[in-house]
Amino acid sequence: MLRFLLRRLAVLIPTFIGVSIIAFSFIRMLPGDPVALLSGERVMSPERHAEISHQLGFDRPIVIQYLDYLWGVLRGDFGTSISTKGSVLEQFLQLFPATLELSICAIIVAIVLGIPAGIFAAIKRGSFFDQSVMGAALVGYSMPIFWWGLLLIILFSGILQWTPVSGRISLMFFFPQVTGFMLIDSLLSGQEGAFKSAVSHLILPTIVLATIPLAVIARQTRSAMLEVLGEDYVRTARAKGLSPFRVVGVHALRNAMIPVITTIGLQVGVLMAGAILTETIFSWPGIGKWMVDSVFRRDYPVIQGGLLIIAGIIMLVNLVVDLLYGLINPRIRH
Amino acid sequence: MVQTTAIEPVSLDPSRRRRLADFWYYFSENRGAVIGLWVFVILVALALLAPLIAPHAPNAQYRDAVLLPPVWLDGGNAGYLLGTDAVGRDMLSRLLYGARFSLFIGVVVTTLALVGGIVVGVFAGYVGGWVDTVIMRVMDIILAFPSLLLALVLVAVLGPGLTNAMIAIALVLQPHFVRLTRAAVMAEKSREYVIAARVAGAGPMRLMFRTILPNCMAPLIVQATLSFSNAILDAAALGFLGMGAQPPTPEWGTMLAEAREFILRAWWVVTFPGLAILITVLAINLMGDGLRDALDPKLKRS
Repeated sequence: MLRFLLRRLAVLIPTFIGVSIIAFSFIRMLPGDPVALLSGERVMSPERHAEISHQLGFDRPIVIQYLDYLWGVLRGDFGTSISTKGSVLEQFLQLFPATLELSICAIIVAIVLGIPAGIFAAIKRGSFFDQSVMGAALVGYSMPIFWWGLLLIILFSGILQWTPVSGRISLMFFFPQVTGFMLIDSLLSGQEGAFKSAVSHLILPTIVLATIPLAVIARQTRSAMLEVLGEDYVRTARAKGLSPFRVVGVHALRNAMIPVITTIGLQVGVLMAGAILTETIFSWPGIGKWMVDSVFRRDYPVIQGGLLIIAGIIMLVNLVVDLLYGLINPRIRH
Repeated sequence: MVQTTAIEPVSLDPSRRRRLADFWYYFSENRGAVIGLWVFVILVALALLAPLIAPHAPNAQYRDAVLLPPVWLDGGNAGYLLGTDAVGRDMLSRLLYGARFSLFIGVVVTTLALVGGIVVGVFAGYVGGWVDTVIMRVMDIILAFPSLLLALVLVAVLGPGLTNAMIAIALVLQPHFVRLTRAAVMAEKSREYVIAARVAGAGPMRLMFRTILPNCMAPLIVQATLSFSNAILDAAALGFLGMGAQPPTPEWGTMLAEAREFILRAWWVVTFPGLAILITVLAINLMGDGLRDALDPKLKRS
């Protein structure tokens, strides 16, 4: 297992270095003067330009500049925002819980609905239920989620007036941020109605963000289950006279779950991309909206830092999934 | 599967026709795939004929007909079948012209990603060694980013617009083709027919692109249909975020972005462009499922 971990790291580290080179060169690829872009000062005297250029280290060789940047990143220095003058990492940590809360809710919905739907579709293969689930999964998989979100707003916020349109909680409530998760913080605050308000704000974004992972997980579970149900050991288990529930629930499911776990791990990237659109539609104050806003504000240090942090998180999650995969399926380690 | 090399047409033709018949047999077995194909053909026809069948110019503004509902609702006007948007442009005409943009985006992006991916992938798989390692690490790096985020940032570098959005999306989709091509080439390159061709004196270029590549096409075609629908979705998403096609281009995602502020007043300006995206992407994905069943023997009949 240790060798497996080391081998994965041997691939991961060069990839991370490559990702950091992309983030580093991003600012330098922009049309225009990087010094002006990074400092946010449009008009400056040559002396001021030289001063900032020196401050930012632009007068040194490019390799030194990169190593300096990498060293900063390793110590948690991802640069300074032009618009707020705050540290990029601090801003990220401030906003990340909102995205994390939304993503966790979405992936839970996708798993809780997707896996049983996939299993039953596989057991009742060719039935009306199977066809409906697979049809719905294909629609979900093809869904432009930014439009799906707008439709849900029209229906539930516009016509039915059940849910609010945007934000994480009603402005009526104010309480200190403890965990950053609105669901937990609102409960801790003890204010009446706060939790309910947080939940009602969370429902539509969760549905929107869960749509594609749900479709992918349902499809993957069904096909993994179908493959396993055709195996000899399942037939043996049936022949032994085990109950259908035990055959499917224990013998088949454990093996069918292996590819499904990989699929769930791969959804992290899908969730991040989805968060960009979902948070924009629902004005959800997370990192997806932060990135889009920064692109519009031309806050390049934020884009640079955000890009690197998000890619880093995805790589870490993929590593954990790989390790889990190696743990439950020893064959993969070799 | 039609791109087999015709070195000796006489001996190859029957098998090719046979494979085509086989392919059609499996493809037409899948009812969804056939429906998808028909919808796609209709969409292509509508896009091509847009200038002839669109009742209005896509950017013509009728100031006396702002935010008219579709014809079947109260206040609808038979001159504007699907209603008008906030500046009095005919929705139907814009949607028809939008089909041209979406299909064009799909074709260009898929071609760029496919051709680029094949060239790089064949090269990596055939040459092997450190060249392969370097290329695959670069692809890993691109895949480490969420595709939409990377496309968004690339467009921020290149500047917003449809062309740059297409370049960015093609770049993001390309690693999938590289990986598939490389894996297929590595599996094929030590097969006997390749060695025979080499012994017969075929140069590396001929071996790579004429001998090996045609036998690796099946997974690439399936991936190409997936990329086609992904390209349309991502381009629409970029348009929606204001980073793709710019107004007043009748691109569906851009139309949705413009319509956002009217969602609670005029549902049709929001509903129809998105529905158009969904139908197009769904049709292509249905076809993709059918293609996979028909082309990939491993997944056949599962």
